Amino acid sequence: MSDVAERVKKIVVEHLGVEADKVTDTASFIDDLGADSLDTVELVMAFEEEFGVEIPDDAAEKILTVKDAIDFIAANGN
Amino acid sequence: MRRVVVTGLGLVTPLGGSVETTWANILASRSGAGPITRFDASNQACRIACEVKAGDGSGMTFDANQRVDYKVQRQVDPFIVYGIDAAGQAIEDAGLTDMTEEERFRAGCSIGSGIGGLPGIASESIICHEKGPRRVSPHFVHGRLINLISGQVSIKYGLMGPNHAVVTACSTGAHAIGDAARMIALGDADVMLAGGSESALCPLGIAGFAQARALSTAFNDDPTRASRPYDKDRDGFVMGEGAGVVCLEEYEKAKARGAKIYGEVIGYGLSGDAYHVTAPHPEGSGAFRSMEMALKRAGLSPADIDYINAHGTSTPMGDELELGAVKRLFGAAIDNVSMSSTKSAIGHLLGGAGAVEAIFCLLALRDQVAPPTLNLDNPSDSCIGVDLVPHVAKQRRIRAVLNNSFGFGGTNATLVMRGV
Repeated sequence: MSDVAERVKKIVVEHLGVEADKVTDTASFIDDLGADSLDTVELVMAFEEEFGVEIPDDAAEKILTVKDAIDFIAANGN
Repeated sequence: MRRVVVTGLGLVTPLGGSVETTWANILASRSGAGPITRFDASNQACRIACEVKAGDGSGMTFDANQRVDYKVQRQVDPFIVYGIDAAGQAIEDAGLTDMTEEERFRAGCSIGSGIGGLPGIASESIICHEKGPRRVSPHFVHGRLINLISGQVSIKYGLMGPNHAVVTACSTGAHAIGDAARMIALGDADVMLAGGSESALCPLGIAGFAQARALSTAFNDDPTRASRPYDKDRDGFVMGEGAGVVCLEEYEKAKARGAKIYGEVIGYGLSGDAYHVTAPHPEGSGAFRSMEMALKRAGLSPADIDYINAHGTSTPMGDELELGAVKRLFGAAIDNVSMSSTKSAIGHLLGGAGAVEAIFCLLALRDQVAPPTLNLDNPSDSCIGVDLVPHVAKQRRIRAVLNNSFGFGGTNATLVMRGV
């Protein structure tokens, strides 16, 4: 679990160019981390690639915060 | 028509990440050529290029972090990064970063490219093929489109006037400045950031131009000697990359705010060869008419021109035909003009070339010096009687300058500028 969280946060930092301490569990990609809708598409792609999961569009739409991503991957990842 | 002057300059070139660094290196006869390091070029017929050197901005290096957001850098092709930075330099140099909203409604962008995001198109197509369409980046399209320099720059600086992007192969930079100057002259805008950018340095780009037999292949072991316009041993151009952007401004407005003025755009000529997709017209008629039109618009005769920045790409045929056209147009006035090709130092920046070279023309006006043509060891026979400024820069009187750019498709553009 903590491993998943760390890897998710690393991807967010890399893709959005934000300080690591801003990437808290409750941080919203769009409201708190400066992402736009296309950035979130790219983040979801990066999560899929990193964790070998498929995140269907309807699930991706519900991934709004760092914690949403961690929870989805923890439940569905390999 | 209203008068149009240049009040800001910006350059990203193989010789440096700023105007003054690049110009100092040009005048010092330095070359930006070297072996290709961007990718493994060992299987290419041409293995050399004039690359922009990434770094901290010191020496010949370019630091993208100075003006381009981290996220933008990740999402777009290098040609857009270079273009944003050069445009930023130009608007800062002009002192126009704090325009009012009213002023920004009348300030626009005309920054083009010849090819656009070829490296990204090539790499993303491999991803699509190997990993499938769901792995294609959501930033793929707008990170590769040619008009996205103008788009990005307008967003960054809040410029809400005309938003335009020229695509005329290697004439792009000159057409972009000429078209933007017209927009100001006709009253559609008061300020325009205009120029061109290019970075086609990828396996596909080098292979494509090499297959078209346009690139130098005889100097892979001696890169700085490869770009040698007008020399008997020239065998094609050396690909460069980078960007040039000028800040154009309506003259009265510039004067009223006490802006530093580099020069006035007084002539613009455009023509088509209507002959062949890559070869220039055998009599250089398109080049001739383009120059003739620009001089007529400027109200100058050839004797008024002191410096010509030639298209001069270092191809066997192109250099010869341009030289012939200049000689026919200038007649006896050829004795008093200095003509050089700065592509000998920075290679061919394709869509960026015309704008970068227009900036060299403006600096030649400012400093009263003609930049050199490097590697001109054995001039072709047709060069006799023409001052091509071999090897070293030449201090001389420069009242007015002419800049030529010609592109695939038989497209020609000429700018004429002079001091104010």
